[in-house]
Amino acid sequence: MRTCLSDAVAPSVWKASRRVLERCGVQVQVPREQTCCSQPAWTAGQPDQARAVARHTLDVFAGPEEVVVPSGSCAGMVVHAYPEMFRGQPEEEAALDLARRTIELTQFLQKHDLDPGPGTSGPVTMHDSCHMLRVMHESASPREALARAGCEVREMQGTDRCCGFGGVFSITFPELSARLGEEKARAAMESGAPEVVSCDLGCLMHVAGVAHRRGIPLRARHIAEVLDG
Amino acid sequence: MSTRRRRASGGVAYPDAEGTLRERTVQALADDTLRGNLETAATSWGESRDAMQRDHGLDAMRDRARDIRRRNIRELPALLSEMQAKVREAGGTVVRAQDGAEAARYITGLARARGVTVVAKSKSMATEEIKLNESLTDAGIEVVETDLGEWILQLAGERPSHIIAPAVHLNRGQVAALFREEAGTDDVPDDREGLVAHARVRLREKFAQAGMGVSGVNLGVASTGTVCIVENEGNARLVTSQPRIHVAVMGMERVVADWDEAAHILQVLPMAAIGQDAANYVNLITGPRRDGEADGPEEFHLVIVDGGRGALRGTEFEEALSCIRCGACLYSCPMWKSVGGQAYGSPYSGPIGAVITPLLEGPASPASRDLPFMSSLCGACGEACPVGIPLQDLLVRARARASSPATRRSAVAFRAWSRLWRRPTTYRAWMAGWRLMLRARGKGGWATRLPGPGAGWTQVRDMPSRWPPRP
Repeated sequence: MRTCLSDAVAPSVWKASRRVLERCGVQVQVPREQTCCSQPAWTAGQPDQARAVARHTLDVFAGPEEVVVPSGSCAGMVVHAYPEMFRGQPEEEAALDLARRTIELTQFLQKHDLDPGPGTSGPVTMHDSCHMLRVMHESASPREALARAGCEVREMQGTDRCCGFGGVFSITFPELSARLGEEKARAAMESGAPEVVSCDLGCLMHVAGVAHRRGIPLRARHIAEVLDG
Repeated sequence: MSTRRRRASGGVAYPDAEGTLRERTVQALADDTLRGNLETAATSWGESRDAMQRDHGLDAMRDRARDIRRRNIRELPALLSEMQAKVREAGGTVVRAQDGAEAARYITGLARARGVTVVAKSKSMATEEIKLNESLTDAGIEVVETDLGEWILQLAGERPSHIIAPAVHLNRGQVAALFREEAGTDDVPDDREGLVAHARVRLREKFAQAGMGVSGVNLGVASTGTVCIVENEGNARLVTSQPRIHVAVMGMERVVADWDEAAHILQVLPMAAIGQDAANYVNLITGPRRDGEADGPEEFHLVIVDGGRGALRGTEFEEALSCIRCGACLYSCPMWKSVGGQAYGSPYSGPIGAVITPLLEGPASPASRDLPFMSSLCGACGEACPVGIPLQDLLVRARARASSPATRRSAVAFRAWSRLWRRPTTYRAWMAGWRLMLRARGKGGWATRLPGPGAGWTQVRDMPSRWPPRP
């Protein structure tokens, strides 16, 4: 799954994800027909519109394959919200099936004990995105992947603290969102690493965008790009 | 943010909260003292709670607490009937109020009928919800808050910023200034012990005058008709025993079946709320003073408030009724920590407040429009909740239920979005257009002004037009 944010802002993220998987010997298909997991509409309180887009995603990803997502948030959407979204609907079985087959990129690497070889050496600091941490319940797999890639991680204070992105929240409460983003950017700088990485592009766009506006010299890259080297 | 006008009205949320929710967040963000105070409190709570997790395995206690509370809510009508019968057996009076106004009317009427001129209160969010102070004050009855935090707020003319720690947004210096103003003298110490001693003296004078004590209820135990009131200062013990009449105000969902259940919840509550393995005082009250007893009120009234709760049973929001009002979701919430509870404009702030205020108010109320949207859905609240309420899921459901001009605009926009994004061809065309626009507006790798909804983004931050972004 490419994710819509990667399509919109950083195609290099899904391309790096594909290279990382292929280096591990995984046969990868990137369906051209895919669009979005529908999270923007779901969290905006528009479940009917979300369902219409999610139905398309169910169709595109039907089949026995594991679905690897370079985003804890989009993966969490499919794993956690699809069962609720399609409860009592004709697509309920398909939704439960896709939820079972969907996994975040570094979780997939860990689950199958895959080693893509050396990546960037770092140092970087790791931001735990909220949905990776509290929906996918994962903080170990990205760190393990970075360690295997030979990338030095310098932990920041409050790495589990929300960066304030929150999808639609970022534009409905921009001041509050930016304040949390600035705190995250400063915590990242204080780690001593010049670059923040995360499993979620949304957080990175937001934190980097706030940092740039405030003149904080923080670099940002998605974990797939760091693993890709 | 705070206001000295406290008027009675129908709903739960404060009708006189000024400005929009977003404006109130901006105002709060500008207050560095407030943020410092909140951060200190939340950090100290976090450390204490971590200790509870380490020493007692608080997270492991959650499953049982959740099961108990879910069962309580399923069996609520039967539990309430039992509770009511037992309280009456013990010589107490039980009143079931459909809404806050009815509850406040009953209590005010009772105070008038008994010739009460001073009412002493212990901390209670339910009385804040039913706007009891306004009702009593309008009837010419003096109300004295005896919880230290609530008394401080009463002096300041402010509203609670936290369910458990109402004055947590103020620091020691601010409190000392309020005490000096109230006492009309500069002779008030500003160390912690000195301030508490000062409040103790002032409040004792009031206790002696009070003809009625009003308390909240943390838990009602149906099997014996006992109300449990948990506190740390001892003031609730005085409120419930010294005046001639004790009125306990309980949200209808706060009832458990028996002492086995109560024991577990009473353990979990202080651990989650303040990171302490026991509260300093747990008052267990069954009816008024009986013959031969030395202490206790002559009359005991239990007012059980529905206030929109009953209608939530059997809905997708039922789990919200499990709440034991510990305030852990507030302390864990990055939004609450940034702006404090007063910005929410409702007695119940933080994630649980953003969920239940709209439910108690109705989908078209001002509170419903905005409150559920003031969350990044980070999930820290659900993780902190000791009874396992999936608060982030409830927030999403509350958003779907909200109805306002803004949500109607959002519905129109997402209808168009959905038509474009459910088909690969139109999705790809949209993306191509977006990337062209982004590249055209990007200078040096950054777009600093975007049109449409993107304006909300670039108002406070830039959008990378090349990735990875260059600082």
